[in-house]
Amino acid sequence: MGSHGALKVVGRRLLQAAPVIVLATFIVFALLKLLPGDVAVTLAGDNASEERIAEIRRVYGLDRPFLAQYGAWLWNALHFDLSRSLLSGEQVLTSILRCFPNTLLIVGMALTLALATGIPLGVAAATRPDSFIDRTVMAIASLGIAVPNFWLAMILVSVFALKWNLFPATGTTAFSKSPTDAIYHATLPALALAAGGMAEVARQVRGSLLDILSSQHVRTLHAKGLSPQIILWKHGLKNVGVNLLTVTSLLANRMLAATVVVEAVFAIPGMGNLIVHAAIQRDFPVVQGVVLAMVIVVILVNLIADLLCAVVDPRVGR
Amino acid sequence: MSHAATMPPARQTLLDVRNLGISFATAAGRLQATRDVSFSVARGERIGVVGESGCGKTITGLSLLRLLPQTITTIDGRLDFDGVDLATCTPKQLRDIRGRRIGMIFQEPMSALDPVFTVGEQIAESLRAHRNIGKREARDRAIAALNAVGIAAPERRYDEYPHQLSGGMRQRVMIAGAMICSPQLLIADEPTTALDVTVQAQILELLRDLSEGSHMALLFITHDLGVVAETCTRMLTMYAGEIIEDAPVDLALEKPLHPYTSGLLRALPRLSARRSALPSIPGRVPPLTQMPQGCRFRPRCAYARAGCEAEQQMRAAPDGRRVRCWRFETLDLPGATA
Repeated sequence: MGSHGALKVVGRRLLQAAPVIVLATFIVFALLKLLPGDVAVTLAGDNASEERIAEIRRVYGLDRPFLAQYGAWLWNALHFDLSRSLLSGEQVLTSILRCFPNTLLIVGMALTLALATGIPLGVAAATRPDSFIDRTVMAIASLGIAVPNFWLAMILVSVFALKWNLFPATGTTAFSKSPTDAIYHATLPALALAAGGMAEVARQVRGSLLDILSSQHVRTLHAKGLSPQIILWKHGLKNVGVNLLTVTSLLANRMLAATVVVEAVFAIPGMGNLIVHAAIQRDFPVVQGVVLAMVIVVILVNLIADLLCAVVDPRVGR
Repeated sequence: MSHAATMPPARQTLLDVRNLGISFATAAGRLQATRDVSFSVARGERIGVVGESGCGKTITGLSLLRLLPQTITTIDGRLDFDGVDLATCTPKQLRDIRGRRIGMIFQEPMSALDPVFTVGEQIAESLRAHRNIGKREARDRAIAALNAVGIAAPERRYDEYPHQLSGGMRQRVMIAGAMICSPQLLIADEPTTALDVTVQAQILELLRDLSEGSHMALLFITHDLGVVAETCTRMLTMYAGEIIEDAPVDLALEKPLHPYTSGLLRALPRLSARRSALPSIPGRVPPLTQMPQGCRFRPRCAYARAGCEAEQQMRAAPDGRRVRCWRFETLDLPGATA
């Protein structure tokens, strides 16, 4: 693929991104407004008078029409101003920049673990179909997909943190302060997230590799006298590449969402924690900011996956 | 199983197939796909293997390089290639022969080429698998090979992917890849079936020229007798997993000895005789599970008599021909030019 093709993919993606961002933030905004509860009441504190609450509404623009509120938020966001949290007064962008690295570390580690274990397992299973190894891998994979990650997270905490004291049960250290300590803290949450991903990767790699290895072009490779190793690792894996990239990007997105639950179990101040607390207290600037950031990340992940697909498979993205 | 007729040993034999039997393990039990297949290929000889779909010609070709699914296939008999038994040699010996001494091309060049590698890379890698040469030299040789099979602007085509080429060009690429190590035998499994008629003619001419130019033997598997007439020197007719006739092409076309060969020839459309209906052989190839006793062609044969239900052996006939029909001397069968 030439640079021209890459530019086309990027351009098309960015054009698609704009309506997605507007729609996602609008729906979340609308849902927050539909839910009972009022941030002004919270802010006013106990025993506040009706006048006080109304004044707070006026100050924060909460008395304005729904569309005007959303419009104001969107307009500011377009100017890179995500406003301040209604409760803490902190710049939303600051909160996000503080929390996002924690989430990114967990997701990054989980994804790496899932690929590093899932690919070899899938290859091992596919090269020996119906063998003991194949059946074992598939059994593990079914288990990995079936087990809910919050349950696995709690099991991991009770076994590795509370019983054996191998890992911390909760909390985190900023990666910038101490990378090793940050990774240490992120290990259990990453494991909890990775299990399902590993299973998914193993199954996908096995399935598509089995297809490839029985295809006619692999028969040609045998007829040319290539070694089984070259056929598997050079031709097999590159042919599986597109499927693998698609699965990986889906996984990355799903893991981002799943951190909401896992961060809650491990009490990690990441994006999941941030949005959950903000949503409970109707702190809509924070919720909006996190949703916006997540949507942008998902769009970026998909964009990168698309670009890589076009590199791996010349038939894609022309 | 004994073979009643052996080939005259006058020619320099390259490949000698003796009593090849291929069977598959299936859920329904063991299926015998071919049996008692014996033939030999001399150096530089061009042999056409013809027959209807399902007669066993493609799996015979694939079995020579052990390309059938390993876990379910059993190969009996000897496949003697220049002193090495291809049926029993080690995987390493086999890999050394595959692509280097025996090349193979397939029916559908689009699915036979890896879609995510450039065509040049796919040619060069066969060379690098068998010769100890560098990337740059392999590239140069692959470009030369593309040029030799008649691809224009080979330097540019080298870096293109299969989907960017036409069907005819893809088959030329396949041929270039199969020829790059100068094999002594090329197995071509219906290489022109998926191509336009004009492209077909070009590919046939190319294969014949390459074979003549480098004294390479050709095993040409096809259902198209016209292709055999144009390209080959000898013709093997297969029916229901057996070879039923083996003869020089011109003799086989002019005066076939087996009723099945005769039927195939009479089913050929001819421009000179515009008949509204082509004569065809009634019935169809029996499924592997329902092989008739004795002569396998008997249920469809217009010449069947009492005695045909006896087991049929290959019989030697004049002019170095062989035929699997006990009545061949008493039959006077019409050929293609009749």
